[in-house]
Amino acid sequence: MNDQARVTDMPNRISHRIDMNSVGRSQKRLNLAAEKTSIEVKGLNLYYGEKQALNNINMVIPSNRVTAFIGPSGCGKSTLLRCFNRMNDLVDGCTISGEVLIDEKNIYDKRINVAELRRNVGMVFQKPNPFPKTIYENVAYGLRLQGINDRRKLDEAVEKALKGAALWDEVKDRLHENGMGISGGQQQRLVIARAIAVEPEILLLDEPASALDPISTLKLEELIYELKSTYTIVIVTHNMQQAARVSDYTAFMYIGEMVEYSDTNTLFTNPTTKKTEDYITGRYG
Amino acid sequence: MNKIEINHHISRQFNEELEDVRNRVLTMGGLVEQQIANAVLALTEGNSALAEEVIDSDVKINALEVSIDEECTQILARRQPTASDLRLIVAVIKTITDLERIGDQAEKVARIGLHLIKFDAPQNHYLEIQDLGERVRENLHDALDAFARMDTEAALRITQEDETIDHEYDGIMRQMVTFMMEDPRVIRRSLDIMWAARALERIGDHTKNICEYVIYFVKGKDVRHISLEQMQKAALDKRE
Repeated sequence: MNDQARVTDMPNRISHRIDMNSVGRSQKRLNLAAEKTSIEVKGLNLYYGEKQALNNINMVIPSNRVTAFIGPSGCGKSTLLRCFNRMNDLVDGCTISGEVLIDEKNIYDKRINVAELRRNVGMVFQKPNPFPKTIYENVAYGLRLQGINDRRKLDEAVEKALKGAALWDEVKDRLHENGMGISGGQQQRLVIARAIAVEPEILLLDEPASALDPISTLKLEELIYELKSTYTIVIVTHNMQQAARVSDYTAFMYIGEMVEYSDTNTLFTNPTTKKTEDYITGRYG
Repeated sequence: MNKIEINHHISRQFNEELEDVRNRVLTMGGLVEQQIANAVLALTEGNSALAEEVIDSDVKINALEVSIDEECTQILARRQPTASDLRLIVAVIKTITDLERIGDQAEKVARIGLHLIKFDAPQNHYLEIQDLGERVRENLHDALDAFARMDTEAALRITQEDETIDHEYDGIMRQMVTFMMEDPRVIRRSLDIMWAARALERIGDHTKNICEYVIYFVKGKDVRHISLEQMQKAALDKRE
């Protein structure tokens, strides 16, 4: 009886809930032009010695979004990522021209404090690289460098960072064990916790999941999704499905050039250039 | 990107899978086309054996739909196709649904044919059904051709031809109404003819859908429910 009453009741209830004006309108499409800018790259060229690795890159990376770089090995995607916190400064014979603006300041300006820049632009690498210290000290490291030694402040910051990296529940009972003793997936999240403990604006992820098993990878991707409300995230990945899953915008690079850069939905369903199409569908040219 | 190179994947096995799915859609299309021709012939000639054959063969079409659907699901799960490959699979899944429904309409025409055998055939031997049937069959044939060749211009042309079919259908309706008013004894027969014409007109609509999937597959533009002008723009859009 009750069931029947419910069934006949249905149409009424549905018509109340559906806002007919919103029916048929497609889900909001991302629009790069309408985004807030986090990083702006202008006419960037990069040479390793004689060899040109990046050729006139121009792009705007939106804040609080995930932007993915994809492309075959040697296309310059990691090189470009490293430009955003001047990691390439450490490479011998590397010369750079053009501008990278973060908060409207050119980070290649002589007056920029590189240590300060790298605090603001955190980076996570392919292989998890925790320090041979306790989990707690790994996360507190950056804060101690800043001269923060107050135990209570550190406790708070460590907990916040570990929660932010979705690791807290797994390690809260063993914070003072060695950081190298946890699994690869946990180590990678520990490294992310270390990076976000100093409260950067931007997180650069260079193939963060390539050494992880599928489940850890999914956890990491879930984490990336959560982190983007607080940080601007730029990720380099060889795994195209991963780029499709986690990113809002995707840039396809090929031999040092930015071939196509658009919202991820468009790039993976209807790319504009043949090169992109060939790459993402796995065709040879 | 006017020509999508279906056969250039690094994975040869993937090439074969996509090629196979495409071929099976064309096979299914060919079968459905034959069903339309046979159903119309059975009706106009009063051939009950042929009508029975059409009704029995619908099972084959249904089975093909299920098995192509399954193949597409497997490709989605195992290959995670992107871009034009993804659009091909989506277009195939939708196309076979429409083909299956066309098959159902053909079966309906055959059943009406069986029913009509009880009445005297009109003097013109159902010429209007013959004409309409031939036109929708030809359109479906061309649509499948456009699918095989990824020819959006042809797809656009066939979409526009659906209007002619609608006109012809309206003509039959008017004619039948006139007959029925003139002589109530032909009401049963006329109603049957109207149902048959209706089924054929529906086939035209499904064919139009298939053409829209061809444009989606080749150009990546969804052209359903938009004006003819916008559709033209999408279908003829040239890219590098």
